[in-house]
Amino acid sequence: MTTEIITAVVILTALGLLFATILAIAYKKLKVEEDPRIDIVEEMLPKANCGACGSPGCRAFAEMVVNKTINPGKCTVSSPDAVERIAQYMGIEASHEEKVVARLLCAGGKNEAHNMADYRGGLKTCRGEAMVAGGPKQCSWGCLGLADCEKVCDFDAIHMNANGLPVVDIDKCIACGDCVEICPKQLFVLMPVGQKLIVQCKSLLEGKAAENLCSVACTACGKCVADAAPGLIEIRNNLATIQYEWNVLASPQAIKRCPTDAIVWLENAKQFETKENTELPIGKVESVLDLGNVYYQ
Amino acid sequence: MSADHDILHPTLTFSHGIHPGEYKELTEHCRIERMPFVEEYILPLSQHLGAPNKPLVQVGSKVKRGQKIADPGGFVSVALHSPVDGTVKAIGLAENPGGQMVQSIFIKADSFSTQQLSPSVPKSYEDMDIREFISSVQDAGIVGLGGAAFPAHVKFSIPEGKTCRYIMLNGCECEPFLTSDHRTMVEFPDEVIDGTRILQHFLKAEKIFIGIEANKPDAVKILTEKAKTSGLPIEVVPLVVKYPQGAEKMMITAILGKEVPTGKLPVDVETLVTNVSSIAAISQWFRKGQPLIERVVTVTGTAIKRPANVLVPIGTSMRHVVEWCGGITSPSLGNTRILLGGPMMGMVQKSLDTPVVKGTSGILVLTSNEVKDLSQYNCIRCSRCLDACPMHLNPSLLGMLAKKGIWEEMEENHVLDCFECGCCSYVCPSGIPLVQSFRVGKSIIREQKAKQKDKKN
Repeated sequence: MTTEIITAVVILTALGLLFATILAIAYKKLKVEEDPRIDIVEEMLPKANCGACGSPGCRAFAEMVVNKTINPGKCTVSSPDAVERIAQYMGIEASHEEKVVARLLCAGGKNEAHNMADYRGGLKTCRGEAMVAGGPKQCSWGCLGLADCEKVCDFDAIHMNANGLPVVDIDKCIACGDCVEICPKQLFVLMPVGQKLIVQCKSLLEGKAAENLCSVACTACGKCVADAAPGLIEIRNNLATIQYEWNVLASPQAIKRCPTDAIVWLENAKQFETKENTELPIGKVESVLDLGNVYYQ
Repeated sequence: MSADHDILHPTLTFSHGIHPGEYKELTEHCRIERMPFVEEYILPLSQHLGAPNKPLVQVGSKVKRGQKIADPGGFVSVALHSPVDGTVKAIGLAENPGGQMVQSIFIKADSFSTQQLSPSVPKSYEDMDIREFISSVQDAGIVGLGGAAFPAHVKFSIPEGKTCRYIMLNGCECEPFLTSDHRTMVEFPDEVIDGTRILQHFLKAEKIFIGIEANKPDAVKILTEKAKTSGLPIEVVPLVVKYPQGAEKMMITAILGKEVPTGKLPVDVETLVTNVSSIAAISQWFRKGQPLIERVVTVTGTAIKRPANVLVPIGTSMRHVVEWCGGITSPSLGNTRILLGGPMMGMVQKSLDTPVVKGTSGILVLTSNEVKDLSQYNCIRCSRCLDACPMHLNPSLLGMLAKKGIWEEMEENHVLDCFECGCCSYVCPSGIPLVQSFRVGKSIIREQKAKQKDKKN
């Protein structure tokens, strides 16, 4: 009895020692040297793992920063301070990427663009609604307002306002592009915040035909084209289109004579009114102006 | 597949499926009547699946009835012809039945014209080879008239290395309310047989089946008689009245007992399925030189004063067609539901101002009494949807995945095999919008796939 126990203990101890030796040798011989700076850089990143920089997560981004294959400024989620800290640590010059955010190319909420039918389908999503005759709105390009973008946003950056339009919180938006993908009407675009001149309409109708469907539609009148720097704005397919390569030439001058306020100048970078539970008066855009809306200036 | 079928008690069918109320008695005995010409026609440039047309006319051009006004935009696309003598008023955006604004040709009819067809008679089909035949069918603008509007010539071009042993003519018309194919079979049986003869001349199939649901005994009888004297290997097969018997994969299972593998086409089981009305259109093209400029539309539903089967020129606004049928009984349009096609797979419409297109098999207007807005409850896992799904999918699971937006897993569970018949939503006691969410899921999966493809290239 005792010999059996002793034998077992001896064998197991011997085996344990043997494996421990193998492990110890393997640890020495096969050790992968990992740059300790990767951990430190990763610590300084926001760890959102959003993928907006193009690399699969923050760890991969940190590796690339340490290998000097990417500039820490490519992380759009980090504050400028954090980027500066990483750059200092790495002893390099931080590039300053302009923040990119999602912009909605439609301003026709409940008060501006009217419905011509009732959607009573069971699927209360924009995608579901768009499947049924393109949605109840008269304008077939407009925002459907059932908040698919709000639901898909992982960063809590999109909220519907009382007018039934999604408002992007530009501080939280990291331009991941989920809303761009989900929107059945393809109304979201990712844009640098420096692009302040925006045509918030996608309707390809002209003149009265466009205005009949929505009071803030682009009617392709061409006034903005005349008022802006030459070549900055073009009318394409009955829609004013801004050539953003000439964005330096943009000025609020272009929006002054727009009859429908379809083209806007986002001075403090915000689109739409963000106040919750604001009962907007039904009807004209002018009344929205009275609320001190920064957007319709 | 015995030669003598019992018309009233057929046994051939597929497994699963449902049996909704038929409501065909409203129009099944109404003779097809011709719709008078109206003032204006709107012809969307993409009435079929595939690439949109390229217009051949300018604003102000005079057009003749039957004249080609737009070329096909690719191989999977068909030509478009003017339904009237008249003038092109405009080329611009108009809403199509799917709710999108698409480029369309507006034609103002010439009110003094006799509206005689100006036939563009092709040469005799006997002198053609298969390639000429296919491009001729494309030129005639013929699409599947069952509802999906898939270009007919694409179906007829059998890919290299594949054979077509069986031709199946689809006369099931399993959608409730619709009777346009039924009336076409009863009133134009010679055209149906003749079109089959033309097709058979090129495809040389071993056997031709005409599948008809047993609720159309008159069509079964008349086509059986005509088939006997035709000298073609035609067999008219009465099928069990069940929805969706008219889906091509279901019909193949019912008649041949074969299943089309997932992701494959009927041609992979050596079969070609085509709608009876499309076949009649082929006969009209090769015999009379009449391209697809008009089609039979069933105007029905309890909200229509005088339900009828109407031969409507393509491009007529739905409002005119409904007015021709006496208008709407309900005091206002707001209390009705308008559908293009049947109640199961038809497209809901926002207004009556959209035009009749090549895929419009019916205009169904229901009163608010018949339209139930279901309240939604949670899935109780009763598995009725599993018993109903003709593709043997698991709608209950797919529905839950769709609700959570797990599209990849939906694809793994074969949601792309779903052809949106709507059986699952029909039977669901909890009122869950199952098929609706699958349509969303399918569109998202297709978008993602297209994106991945772009990335690779």
